This record gives sequence, C-alpha cells and structure tokens, in this order.
Amino acid sequence: MEKKRAREKKEKEYPKTSVVLKVFRANRISGQPPHYDSIEVPVQRWTTVLDALLQAKQYKDPSISIRYSCRMATCGSCGMKINGIPRLACYTKVSELEGSTITVEPLSNFPHIRDLVADFSQFFSHHKRVKPFIENSEADIADPGTLTEFVQRPEDLDKFLQFSYCIKCGLCYSACPTVATDTKFPGPQALSQAYRYFADNRDTGSKERLDNVDERHGIWRCHFAGSCSVVCPKGVDPALGIQLLRGHLLGFSSNEKKIAEKKERLKRD
Amino acid sequence: MENAVDRGNREGLVGWLNPARYGWERFSYWLQRLTGVGLLAYFVGHIYETSSLTQGPDAWAAMLELTQTPMGHLILLLVIGMSTFHSVNGIRLIFAHGGKGLGKPGRPDYPYDAVSLNYKQKSGIWVALILAAVAMLYGASVLFGGE
Amino acid sequence: MAMLKESQIMKIHYVTAIGALIVVAVHIMMRIIMPYSMSLEYGNVIANYHNIPYAILLESILVLIAIHGFNGLRVILLELRQSKAWEDGVTILTIVAMMAVVAYGTRTILVAQGLGFE
Repeated sequence: MEKKRAREKKEKEYPKTSVVLKVFRANRISGQPPHYDSIEVPVQRWTTVLDALLQAKQYKDPSISIRYSCRMATCGSCGMKINGIPRLACYTKVSELEGSTITVEPLSNFPHIRDLVADFSQFFSHHKRVKPFIENSEADIADPGTLTEFVQRPEDLDKFLQFSYCIKCGLCYSACPTVATDTKFPGPQALSQAYRYFADNRDTGSKERLDNVDERHGIWRCHFAGSCSVVCPKGVDPALGIQLLRGHLLGFSSNEKKIAEKKERLKRD
Repeated sequence: MENAVDRGNREGLVGWLNPARYGWERFSYWLQRLTGVGLLAYFVGHIYETSSLTQGPDAWAAMLELTQTPMGHLILLLVIGMSTFHSVNGIRLIFAHGGKGLGKPGRPDYPYDAVSLNYKQKSGIWVALILAAVAMLYGASVLFGGE
Repeated sequence: MAMLKESQIMKIHYVTAIGALIVVAVHIMMRIIMPYSMSLEYGNVIANYHNIPYAILLESILVLIAIHGFNGLRVILLELRQSKAWEDGVTILTIVAMMAVVAYGTRTILVAQGLGFE
C-alpha cells in the first residue's frame, strides 16, 4: 500500500517544453561574488536537470562548473540542491518538478568551491574515521596456508546489504539538521557505514566501532529527523542504520555476532 | 586541515528553522526541540514563582494575581500542549532511537523508499499532536470553564 | 570529577525522561482532584508540602526535570558551536544551572514544610 502510494507520488508529471534554470554562480577562489544566472533551455519529457544544465553549458554559458560522471545515479557526483532539496541532477527529471523555474544550487553543509561544485574532503575524512573496511583479527594473511573463505549466508548479507549501496553522493549530509550546525558530527553517511561494518559478520571489530561513535559529537547527536533517508537516492536508509547501531549502544539489541561467536567457541571447545 | 572549525557553507540555524522540507520526522524533530526549550523555560519560571510560598500567604496571593489571569492561563495551556507533545513524541523517539519499530534492513528496490520512515513510527507523531490538542482542550475547559 | 561517556549521559537522559513523565503526571493530577482554583489556595498548597510522599515527589520532579532539561539544553548548545571554550563553558554552565535550580527548589520544599496553614 505504501509502495503503491509512493510510486503514484513519484510518477506525477508537470509537462513543460522549456525551463528557466536559475543557477547559483560564485567562484570562491577568484573571489567572484555569489549571484544567480537565469538560463532558458528547451526540454523534453525525459530531460533530467543534468541534461538541462549540460545543455545550458554547451549552448549558453560554457563557464558553468558542474561535477558529473555516470549520468545514471551510480557515481554520486552530481549532487546539488534542486529547488531547495538535495538531489542527484541526473536522477531528477525536469518534468517531476513543479513550475517553470528550477533553482539549482551547490549542496549546503559542504565548503563551496565554484558554482555547483562543493568540496568533499571533510565528508570523506568523516567516512575514513569510522574505518570503512573489514577488520578481522582471526584472518592471518601473512600465512597463506591458513587462509580460508569468510562464510556468509544470505541472511547474514541481508543484515547490511542495503547500507553497502551507498554511493557517497553527500545528499544525506546536506539534508541533515545536525550537520547544518555541528562541524564535528560525522554525518549520516559515515554513521550508517559504521553500522554497515558493525553488522557484517566477517568483521570482528564491533567493540571498537561502537567506542568510535560513542562520543560527544558522535552518534548521539543524531535525533532521527529522517531527512537523510528522505533524500537518499539509493534506498540506503541511513537513519535506519544509525538507529540500529544506537540500539546496540543502548542495549536494545542483543549483539547477535557476539552470541554466534560464543556458540562457535563452545562448539570448538 | 582543522576540520573542526571549518564551518564550510553550513546551513546554520536556518537548517533548523525550516522544518517543512523533509517530511513529518523533520517536523517532529523541530517541534521536539522547540517544546523542550519552552518547557525548560517554563520549569525555571515555575520553580521561581512557587518559591513565593516561602514568603507567606500575601506573597503567594500576589503571585496568583499575576499568573491566574487569562494570559497566564493561555501560557499554561501552551505548556500543557507542549508537555503532552514532548512526552508522547519522546516515548516514540526512545523506541526509534533503539531501532525498534523501524523495520529490518533488506534489499531496496525502486522507488527506494526508506523502510525506517514507515507509518508505524510516523503515526506516533500524529498521536502526539492529537493528544496534545486533546489535552489543551481539556485544560481549557478546566482553566476557562469557571470551576 | 570523572567524565561520563556520552552513552552514559544519554541513558540517564532517557531514564529521567520516563521518570519525569510519571512524576509530572501525578503532580498535574493533584491539581484536578479538587476544583482547580481551590487547589491553588495557600492552605491547600502548604498541606501538599506537609505530605511527605508528595514532598518526595516534588523533589524527584525537580531532580529529574533539571537533569533532563539542562542536558537537552547542553546538547542543543553543543551542536551550535564547537570551540573548546564554548563546549567547556556550556557543559559547566548547564551543570551549575542544574544544581542551582535543584537547590532553589529544594529550599522551597524544606521551608514550606516548616510553614503553618494560614
């Protein structure tokens, strides 16, 4: 019922033959002050905002700076604020936006470089801090003779798979109200990745991962405003990951991995 | 690079003051903060006003004259509404923060709707708003009902 | 003073929330067990304070709400700015405010216990 309603909502169309792109222009490096340029471009039913921007760049103003790559919502490069909401430009059709003027701005909460391009270095450093890789103290890669596969059943995979779909587009970071004011908060992307590795049965660093986020500006500064999950284009649902991780810190959820490890140890002994 | 002080184009308080962009959960976050601060302010004022008890019945009567007015009653009504919303929404948040009622991770498919933003926990917000309205109505009947 | 971990502080925040809900509900009920304006008469209020279980209830409201409320304020203020001076200042200020409010309210309860009905 919910999915049907959502699909109907998403498929609402506002047909148009041309739009006016109100593009934010500024160059922090050369000191060009911020202003908006209005550029009219012809559009068709399937034209995306990225198509419209590239059309404007090709035929009207080649100096517009845009970051993009795959054009199919898989690289996460073209994140920007479209009519005030963080979206992927390649994944937003012009026909799904109301009105004939589309305001396009760089993602907020990221240091601004130029026009629609933002600096992701702080975002990536928050991600690195949560150690986004499998840590397994029992895997001894120095001795190839002892190497074996990590066993992971489909049920184990389902526990974290959706969080691995993150494309690091930064839309969640831009939408988060805590990130809006707190410079030390890791953001929904980093915290949901912390859960992704915590929930992975191949990882044995659970305690360290929990300690890592249990800080004054860590997981506790998330208040489940849910904006991250509203804007995520890949269905990662970072809010879910963060609350599930917090559930482990609060003792609401039993650590199934610890229980499974204990059972393994008892079987062996 | 000193990441902690690089404020980098952050929305700032404007990010807090615009609750209508991202759905009910963002609105409830905003209202929970607002009611929390409001209730704290009321709490401090209430501790101060009730301390007039220690100065005898005249001081107490003077305090009542100040607070048992239509304006005072309106403020009290607001406090009733705020405390009801904050409590009921708070209980919903305690469960949500522990990951309860948010559904299970799975394999997302188009249209990639977030499973945590389900109607089960969202309805908690509506229940909190409805109960706050009911409490305010009952409070109005007691305060302005002339009992 | 040994610093609490943030998870310990937030567990206290949730526990005080539930505790405060119960005790404040009882406190509000006391205003409607008799006609509202009568419940605010000096003699009736003093009688409440003379009732030891009710005085304990009031003290617990004080403590629970002060902790929950000022910790909430601490969280809001910590999210606004992040310099060391601000964070330390906010932490100290909220703890001091918490203790001051509890002390002032406790004073009211203790003094009122010694007052007669007039």
